Amino acid sequence: MIKFLIKGLLRDKSRSRLPIMVVAIGVTLTVFMHAYITGFMGDTIEMNARFTTGHVKVMTRAYAEDASLLPNDLALMQIEELLDSLRSLYPDMSWSPRIQFGGLIDVPDSAGETRSQGTAIGWGLELIANQDELNRLDLQKALRSGHLPRKSGDALLSHTFAGKLGIAPGDEFTLISSTMNGGMAMYNFRLSGTVHFGVEIMDRGSIIADLKDVQLALEMENAAGEITGFSNTGFYHNNQAEKLSDSFNSKFKTDDEFSPVMLSLSQQGNMGQYVQMSEVWSAYVSLIFIFAMSLVLWNAGLLGGLRRYGEVGIRLAIGESKGHVYRSMIAESVFIGIAGSVTGTAIGLGFAWLLQTYGLDISGMMQGASLMMPTIIKARITPTDFYIGFFPGVISTVIGTLLSGIGIYRRQTAKLFKELEA
Amino acid sequence: METQTIISVKEMYKRFPMGKTEFTALENLNLDFAQGEFTGLIGPSGSGKTTLLNILGSLDVPTLGEATVLGKSIGKLNTHEAAMLRRESLGFIFQSYNLLAVHTVFENVEFPLLLLKIPSQERRKMVQEALEWVGLSDKIRSKPPQLSGGQCQRVAIARAMVKKPKLVLADEPTANLDAANSHHILKTMLTLNQELKTTFIFATHDEKVISYLNRKIYLLDGRVDKDEVVTHNK
Repeated sequence: MIKFLIKGLLRDKSRSRLPIMVVAIGVTLTVFMHAYITGFMGDTIEMNARFTTGHVKVMTRAYAEDASLLPNDLALMQIEELLDSLRSLYPDMSWSPRIQFGGLIDVPDSAGETRSQGTAIGWGLELIANQDELNRLDLQKALRSGHLPRKSGDALLSHTFAGKLGIAPGDEFTLISSTMNGGMAMYNFRLSGTVHFGVEIMDRGSIIADLKDVQLALEMENAAGEITGFSNTGFYHNNQAEKLSDSFNSKFKTDDEFSPVMLSLSQQGNMGQYVQMSEVWSAYVSLIFIFAMSLVLWNAGLLGGLRRYGEVGIRLAIGESKGHVYRSMIAESVFIGIAGSVTGTAIGLGFAWLLQTYGLDISGMMQGASLMMPTIIKARITPTDFYIGFFPGVISTVIGTLLSGIGIYRRQTAKLFKELEA
Repeated sequence: METQTIISVKEMYKRFPMGKTEFTALENLNLDFAQGEFTGLIGPSGSGKTTLLNILGSLDVPTLGEATVLGKSIGKLNTHEAAMLRRESLGFIFQSYNLLAVHTVFENVEFPLLLLKIPSQERRKMVQEALEWVGLSDKIRSKPPQLSGGQCQRVAIARAMVKKPKLVLADEPTANLDAANSHHILKTMLTLNQELKTTFIFATHDEKVISYLNRKIYLLDGRVDKDEVVTHNK
């Protein structure tokens, strides 16, 4: 009997191939959409984490209150001791001191007179002492010309910015800013290379130099505006980050405005809203999509079942029991649901992998953007993608058949028989 | 011919709801059918012949009265028992053949035997025998869309007869066939009736079918108008 049913299923394309295709298309779209949303939202969060917020960030309480102004006069002092404490207390995190600053880049001509100038936002990062920050910001990949800083005095400028200023690797320029103590800071750098991050706000005008040089330039010896912490898993987990900051603050935070406080990414600026929005959005879009797909598949199952009332009538007339007919239809729908969902998941993951690997360049739409958003949209395949389309695919197909099959019980046998004759 | 009664209909009514009123399809029917009959329910559309056939086939139940088929009271059977009766003892032949289009001739005829859980080897033998009866042994691998109307109806007869049922119910079996094919399948059914002692009950208004019957029950507005036994040699 099973062989008979399988033969029927395989030979009747409108009963097998078509429903499998419908299920597969629905599941493909669900898996791909979920990976796409996760990738886009996740990339934006990770990009902000890498460049500005870290997964967590330690600052003085006073600095934290005005963090958007980059008040280096309120920076953390004695950071070596604080770093030692952080590394021993939280070994699962990677800690890096940073100084963010604003300033003016002045490019001199051969006579020492100003040839060109431009405002820049700057980062003092550990570039020479270790590789962590180089890897985190993927600077080697971002390098467009020259080389990464190798010795004291080397600095990077964003590629477009360097072009506007008219300087090339090897040329010297001066950073004009303010010291930690409120004095005027002037420091000469040599352009070692130019970088392009694919982030509009970063590529517009930025300088990246070794932390030691920036400390020297801004008179911030053994001080840093912030210490960023990154989870060794490489991904931001809001709950873990908030637990970590609570733990740190319970140990270190005092009433002193210069006491260190730790803020998670979501506690900085409007990132909390973004994290929350991304979670809600991701869930919302996924749910809408799953719901829509379920309706389509449910209807496909329903129509498939209704279309077979004639066949059901003949099977009942020959002596098959209603229960057996119903169970066989459900078994078929389970098979179709699984086959379609497996196919759809595989295809969806395939498309998601392509978008994860190659990305989609939207830089043309991002010109002038003030948000730190990636200019290349990438999907991110997560374990959820392996089942997010699968279960709705199978369940909605089976529910469609269950509902259409109820008609077998509700209609009198003679009526089914009449429909068969119609 | 055997005279054992296999169907007994007593004071039977069948009413269908029609809005707020009821439509009486069968009214106070009293009929007996003996084993081996080749009987026709004859009448115009709406006379109640298909309704009676459905009740005798345990596809429907009487509203009042009793219909006993092969010792089973149709009105008292639950759906499982009704399915068992159809599976084991009844065969159906439809006007539009109603073969399973994606299955081969062999598989269509084999289907009732699968429900009876008959072993594979015996099944094969029974199917081949049934196809020999209807002269389609060379078409076992064909599928219904590859066959003519007459051949399809012969497959339907083989499917109805393969389990050697006691009773075959045929609803307008020749309605879609030309004269030559109609006579061919009627002769086949008559031969099976005579050789296997299977009872055939037709619902028909086709003169070709009527000419083969040995009992003619004329229905009019749900009642028996005339019930006559004829003797002839076809």
